[in-house]
Amino acid sequence: MLNIAIRPCAWLLSPAALMTLSSLSLADEAERSSINMPKGVTPVSLDIYGLHMDIFWWCVAIGIVVFGVMFYSMIVHRKSNGAKAANFHESTVLEVLWTVIPFAILIIMAWPATKSLIKLYDASESDIDIVVTGYQWKWKYEYFGQEVSFFSNLSTPQDQIQNLAPKGEHYLLEVDEHLVVPIKKKIRFLITSNDVIHAWWVPSLAVKKDAVPGYVNESWAYIEEPGIYRGVCAELCGKDHGFMPIVVEAVDDATYNTWLADRREAAKQLKALAKQTFTLDELIVRGEKVYGTACMACHGANGEGGVGKAIAGSPIANGPLAEHLDMVVNGSQQNALMAAFGGQLSEVDLAAVITFQRNRFGNSAGDLVQPVDVLKFKQGK
Amino acid sequence: MAHGPAKGLSRWLFTTNHKDIGTMYLWFSFAMFFLGGIFALVIRAELFEPGLQIVQPEIFNQMTTMHGLIMVFGAVMPAFVGLANWLIPMMVGAPDMALPRMNNWSFWILPFAFTMLVSTLFMEGGGPNFGWTFYAPLSTTYAPPSVTFFIFAVHIMGASSIMGSINIIATIFNMRAPGMTLMKMPLFVWTWLITAYLLIAVMPVLAGVVTMMLMDIHFGTSFFDAAGGGDPVLFQHVFWFFGHPEVYIMILPAFGIVSAIIPTFARKPLFGYSSMVYATASIAFLSFIVWAHHMFTVGMPIAGELFFMYATMLIAVPTGVKVFNWVTTMFRGSMTFETPMLFSIAFVILFTIGGFSGLMLAIAPADFQYHDTYFVVAHFHYVLVPGAIFSITAAVYYWLPKWCGNMYSEIMGKTHFWVAFIGLNLTFFPMHFVGLAGMQRRVPDYNQFFADFNQISSMGAFLFGAAQLLFLYNVISTIVKGKKATDEVWENPEGLEWTVPSPAPYHTFSVPPEVR
Repeated sequence: MLNIAIRPCAWLLSPAALMTLSSLSLADEAERSSINMPKGVTPVSLDIYGLHMDIFWWCVAIGIVVFGVMFYSMIVHRKSNGAKAANFHESTVLEVLWTVIPFAILIIMAWPATKSLIKLYDASESDIDIVVTGYQWKWKYEYFGQEVSFFSNLSTPQDQIQNLAPKGEHYLLEVDEHLVVPIKKKIRFLITSNDVIHAWWVPSLAVKKDAVPGYVNESWAYIEEPGIYRGVCAELCGKDHGFMPIVVEAVDDATYNTWLADRREAAKQLKALAKQTFTLDELIVRGEKVYGTACMACHGANGEGGVGKAIAGSPIANGPLAEHLDMVVNGSQQNALMAAFGGQLSEVDLAAVITFQRNRFGNSAGDLVQPVDVLKFKQGK
Repeated sequence: MAHGPAKGLSRWLFTTNHKDIGTMYLWFSFAMFFLGGIFALVIRAELFEPGLQIVQPEIFNQMTTMHGLIMVFGAVMPAFVGLANWLIPMMVGAPDMALPRMNNWSFWILPFAFTMLVSTLFMEGGGPNFGWTFYAPLSTTYAPPSVTFFIFAVHIMGASSIMGSINIIATIFNMRAPGMTLMKMPLFVWTWLITAYLLIAVMPVLAGVVTMMLMDIHFGTSFFDAAGGGDPVLFQHVFWFFGHPEVYIMILPAFGIVSAIIPTFARKPLFGYSSMVYATASIAFLSFIVWAHHMFTVGMPIAGELFFMYATMLIAVPTGVKVFNWVTTMFRGSMTFETPMLFSIAFVILFTIGGFSGLMLAIAPADFQYHDTYFVVAHFHYVLVPGAIFSITAAVYYWLPKWCGNMYSEIMGKTHFWVAFIGLNLTFFPMHFVGLAGMQRRVPDYNQFFADFNQISSMGAFLFGAAQLLFLYNVISTIVKGKKATDEVWENPEGLEWTVPSPAPYHTFSVPPEVR
């Protein structure tokens, strides 16, 4: 590998190398090359891979000619070899030739590129629509018209990131909730953002689209093979830009439908849960989990603060409950970084995390919030 | 009539001499180059292996942002202005720049701008952490409070660049020696003339975009805030309308430098002088109509996508012409490989590789896979490091004997070259691979899958850093104890600057020279 990197000329050989080097993979994991673009599993991704290799080989060919002449001169026409300098310095024929030939090559490349682009842009007549919303720093997926919607958070433990535990195979490329989709269906992604600009990128699907607040961008995929396809946020979106991966799980139609039904059922149960009353311990156990995914990145593992203010000893977590609810549900009026979690977390989770914050990290407000309190607060009491 | 420099600190504070000001620009840029380099090494140290070791993400983002800003505005641009100050008056046979007092002012506001910019790192909430492209709303609604200082610093840098450009244009149009027609000017002068026009055209656009940010942050407007009826994508259009010509601002003077050096060491006149001039002008024109190729994934309509793809591919044509001309200049020459020539040849080879990846990036559908990955990082470092940095280095070795009167040590120069060359390729070549394999840019941590190549990159970066210490040593030891250089320095070099003694006297061409 060192050799590959040291000499740029070795670049020319790399596609040959990649055929032998491409890594082994697990059964359901997409194959990945460590030095080249994935071929991917959609018609568009195959097109793009083809374009990529075509333009690459054109560059190799031009490189061989240009560097060939250059190295020939450097070896043969050196003063130490006794070379005498010629004195030519103009040739209109040459200038015209090396304007026209590259131009022709560009037209040869532009034609298939245009065709692929038109295909890539045709998101019409989809079978399934999924709304993808970027948040600092997680993704929300809503299955349009299916009443299924959830957040997908990084599931790599902090211990691994801080080098306190060995790193798992899918370090930083694993999430708590996969985006489950069926194979052989045209899936349209409607991509937007809730805060800053993100970009939703899954290399094997060749889908990369910016998630821009105030815009809904379209992209689509028709996945040929079942499998797990991993991706990342590609646009710098703040502190944890590197920590909001994407995992797409492509399954057959039947599995997809069962999964969808299960999710719908779970959503119903969650709603029912909001009417229940919980004990302090139940809320704190649940709240600790919610804190880990929703709050810890900014407020620290022990509520000590960081990007966000400290929760340990904070006047809000120890003050009147209404203000605490307001802060978590509606976000901060002063600081955009403190997002409104009212739409991001369920009533149960909101109640749990607020209770957790008021009774841990040395905070002693001592009260307990029930989901129904949150619901009432949201409805304006 | 001619009198020497003033004594002490006031010489540098109040000087209106183009050589003094050129020297100050060059040393300032050298200092910024090391500062930006330190930021880069923090980045590479953190990326040496997976996991967070050296810095946390907040600091990492400030490092990537500051590295970009310092290198672009602090290292590369002032270095080229410094070279322009030293060389353009001597190359066109003028006694000084046309507007010497403004020249002093345009330099002396820079240290203040950069002091302010760097001081943000120590402010509450940290320095700018939104990347050197500072996309809204990350740089407005979600930015740390220090962003206001960043905006002010950018304004000052812009003012400095505009004044520098006006000065260069005024000098070239008014101060040429009799007989020095436009088509007899050295290519360095030509490329700078065109660059100066680019600067005057786009720096106000940059000033505009940061002012809109300032308004959004402090005065309640919503230019870039969707919630208030604004448009975050508008930011990117305005920014890249500045940003794309900006990348040519950082490369056109480099073309001029290489076009001076290659003929000297090939002992053969530059091939296709006039086509070089026309190619430079075409590139400058095209640079204004390709900006949205930085935004292929932003959700543009397909017509826009196609237009910007075609226009971008077109840039390959004039750029190709330049490369072919340099290669043909070398062909059937009588070549020697002194340090400036080594850097120039490396420039042609590596810049061409950067051009190839640029061509790949121009293919819009493929860009959907390349965009915002390390492939892009590899691409622009391949054009900027061998492009801007190597050409500036080549220029320093080539003209230093004229500036200080002493010859550098060839062995040390060549050592510098090879260490830098190996370091550069070790650093940036593997980035092509990790980018294609799926590593996104601007992240402090990554999956083990990318670990090997990142490790190579990091080692290469430290090697490249070490090479620059050698450069610093070479420059200082040449000035302090180098052997006396001849007036011609090289074997029969072309240009008026070689007709004056070495070191060049404080005032040159008080009487205009004859140009055949």
